[in-house]
Amino acid sequence: MENRSSEALPGEVIEMVTLTQLCQSCGVQTDWVVELVNEGVLEPQGHDPKRWQFSAVSITRVRVAWHLQRDLGVNRAGIALALNLLEEREALRQQLQRFGRSVPGGIVDADGS
Amino acid sequence: MDYKDYYETLGLKRTATQDEIKSTYRKLARKFHPDVNREEGAEDKFKALGEAYEVLKDPEKRAAYDQLGANWQEGQNFRPPPEWDSGFEYAGAGSGAADEGAYSDFFENLFGRARAAGAGAGGHQRGRQEFHAAGQDHHAKITIDLKDAFEGATRSISLRSPEVDASGHVQLKERTIKVKIPKGITQGQHIRLAGQGNPGMGRGQAGDLYLEIHFHEDPVYSVDGRDVYFDLPIAPWEAALGAKVKVPTPTGVVGLNVAKGAHTGQKLRLKGRGIPGKPAGDLYAVLQIVLPPANTDKDRAFYEQMAREMDFNPRAKLGVK
Repeated sequence: MENRSSEALPGEVIEMVTLTQLCQSCGVQTDWVVELVNEGVLEPQGHDPKRWQFSAVSITRVRVAWHLQRDLGVNRAGIALALNLLEEREALRQQLQRFGRSVPGGIVDADGS
Repeated sequence: MDYKDYYETLGLKRTATQDEIKSTYRKLARKFHPDVNREEGAEDKFKALGEAYEVLKDPEKRAAYDQLGANWQEGQNFRPPPEWDSGFEYAGAGSGAADEGAYSDFFENLFGRARAAGAGAGGHQRGRQEFHAAGQDHHAKITIDLKDAFEGATRSISLRSPEVDASGHVQLKERTIKVKIPKGITQGQHIRLAGQGNPGMGRGQAGDLYLEIHFHEDPVYSVDGRDVYFDLPIAPWEAALGAKVKVPTPTGVVGLNVAKGAHTGQKLRLKGRGIPGKPAGDLYAVLQIVLPPANTDKDRAFYEQMAREMDFNPRAKLGVK
């Protein structure tokens, strides 16, 4: 664990993870992740759970889902809804940022005669 | 250590009922949950709320806490009186608590795991049998510049993780590691560093470290997956007549043809010039027509001439002239 060398560690970019890897990395039970799949929160490729492949974004989704359940007592349907809304909000925030940049402006009172 | 005013944290009076404590906590927890609230300080606030609730939700802990007196101020230097909790019975920090090491010194001293350590929790108490367990994986976020995604980079990051010391106390330990950021990485992707997570116990393997990639906000470019966008200002005559203009890209200046009749908001795509990868993203120049100011008599004369000679009604769609 202690890393005294100043050598940079090569990172491995994760594209896809299996069900086992996903559960291990997030510290959650397999059954719970299967329930998230059934709820439509995660959409793995493949039919057989043993061969499921999850996109790396699933790591973030599972972690947020787990925090929502653990910290706020949100149930599965609520998790699905919250995740969708959070992602939609993030997309809008980015759009707004792009848009806000191109329209410097400000408000000027106009005389309406 | 500093005194913590748990009632103030929740914004409640000392006379609040258990129901009020519960509903207030739940309301505030939803508001400040770090996965929901992106504002700076939300995470600290959420942790403080969790700690306050951990004590106040439990009537025994609350009674012990209340007994310290109502005259203490938040942040005041505090030392618990001897035998302050005699007569109260409660276990250490309850299950469902946030990460270890998340609580204040005040909490740890009065109610924390440190006090419960002697109670026989943990793997050390299993007699002569050896105990092995793989270390947990660790997650962290790392924020990089967009340029790093184009060129690759090496970044140092500091990590704080809880470790159990020889006497069974949980301590936050800080360490710094250097990481190679591979070219072509995008926002939201993960990098895995094998063996850099929490250490294993006994002969158990150390866990892995997962880094979630975020980009710093860039003053010029915005990013969507591997696609990159930027605003390209052009003059009205460049838009009307067409022009070849120089544009900056993350990989250098290129010439770009603006077709005649261009309009604001039009996107010109530079294929494959977004974030590298398979496939590489595209780079989009979003046209913004910029109006030249009329500061001199000569400039104004130009505008007046246009007004006289051009048949143009910008409000045709509104049905007025």
